[in-house]
Amino acid sequence: MPRNQHPHPSEVTPESIYMDRRSFIKRASVAGIGGSLIAGGVWARQKNAPRVEGTFDDDLTPWETVTGYNNFYEFGTGKGDPKKNAQDFRTDPWAIEVTGEVSEERVFSFDELVDGLDIEERIYRMRCVEGWSMVVPWNGFMLKDLIERLGPTEDANYVEFTTLMDRRQMPGQNSPVLPWPYVEALRMDEAMHPLTILVTGVYGKKLPPQNGAPIRLIVPWKYGFKGAKSIVKIRFTKRQPRTTWNEAIPREYGFYANVNPEVDHPRWSQATERRLGEFFRRDTLMYNGYEEVASLYDGMDLQRYF
Amino acid sequence: MATLPPSVGRRSRNWIPGAKGVLWIGLLAPVFILGDRIFLFGRLTGGDFVDDPVELIQHWTGNTALILLLVGLASTPLRRLMGWHWTIRFRRLVGLFAFFYATLHVVSWFVFDHQLALNPIIEDVLERNWILVGMLSWLLLIPLALTSTSGWIRRLGGKKWNRLHQLVYPVAALGVLHFLWQTKLLERDPVLYSAALVLLLGVRWLVRKK
Repeated sequence: MPRNQHPHPSEVTPESIYMDRRSFIKRASVAGIGGSLIAGGVWARQKNAPRVEGTFDDDLTPWETVTGYNNFYEFGTGKGDPKKNAQDFRTDPWAIEVTGEVSEERVFSFDELVDGLDIEERIYRMRCVEGWSMVVPWNGFMLKDLIERLGPTEDANYVEFTTLMDRRQMPGQNSPVLPWPYVEALRMDEAMHPLTILVTGVYGKKLPPQNGAPIRLIVPWKYGFKGAKSIVKIRFTKRQPRTTWNEAIPREYGFYANVNPEVDHPRWSQATERRLGEFFRRDTLMYNGYEEVASLYDGMDLQRYF
Repeated sequence: MATLPPSVGRRSRNWIPGAKGVLWIGLLAPVFILGDRIFLFGRLTGGDFVDDPVELIQHWTGNTALILLLVGLASTPLRRLMGWHWTIRFRRLVGLFAFFYATLHVVSWFVFDHQLALNPIIEDVLERNWILVGMLSWLLLIPLALTSTSGWIRRLGGKKWNRLHQLVYPVAALGVLHFLWQTKLLERDPVLYSAALVLLLGVRWLVRKK
């Protein structure tokens, strides 16, 4: 049935990029070499060959869905609300405060923060805690590179990300559905993992506001809610920060939020997921298929630290 | 001597069959809109791009079933408070369609989420309260749908039939609870439906007390 209702990725991406991308996915299990050069601003200045983290049967989720089906409660709780309510969102100028256990606390402009960092394309699966998933070609840089440049102190065990708080621009923040502003955090080793990226673009285009412009976090082995959007503050801390969903409903949303088919949400199974646009569910993979992160959690009781 | 036809002197009810026809079309409309959005990409009725057709099918059918249950439950208060006695003529049809949409809802879950595999279905129902509650609501609706014909009213007698059909109260309550329980946070619609249900049942209670 109507897979054909979705525009083929070739309709939304310049064909040269699209063609490359298809072949990347096919070759991903082998090497994933090649390059799709994307001209553009700082958000997508591409220096390295894109790294592809998809597998053969992971078709890209169409642009319409990636940018039209979003959980971004700052703009409303409906999946279509962010696209509807975020169009006038101002991302320029944009300041990002770096604070806490770091060599120098200061405020960066967006351009200063990302200047010189290698933007690459990463095709990642995105698994929502609600039980649906996408495959998204992000453009971003390794968080590790930024952290190394910022120089956290020895006491920095965690990194915390805070989303903009602006009730006028983000109407959802007028509703007490969550304790605002939205805060997410990673353990330092998770943040330094090469799969963890800060994203500034998608599908080779500037990140749309409904996806968390101008800069958001993506941690592909964790449930999507860990990926804080529209980040205005990066704080290094000694103790584990409080994070929004965990604070709101601790028995349902853990700090770690690693994708794990064996640890069910109290109200629904996490064993399967529906890839958006598909009719039948598919098995959810441990760590969303990014098994290389397993060693980060050696010896941890994943039922307890969910 | 000319005799008056029997209907004269009473208020004519001739409009009811015609209105029933219109109601049929209205009650089938949600299924056409759904079909259009999924198969014809909303060409006939508009609507946004459907990112997750299964989610749309399940939400749409469940939502329609709940709305129809609440509309059916509005009949008694409307008769009591407004004197709209005609509403009773349409109540069974509305209820039957509530069952129709609830069945589509449940079947779509059987098919798309479980591909008709019985064990996972049973496991899900038993392990997840909100699914259990929804399933109970649908199961209780089955005897009501089966006995919704005039034949069954006669066979059971009005009193017994009415008593059986009081099952619609737990059906609606369980259905609304199922909706409330399913969302990640408290969301507007399930809260609205809960309020409507409390109102509709509350009115009955107040009127009865008087």
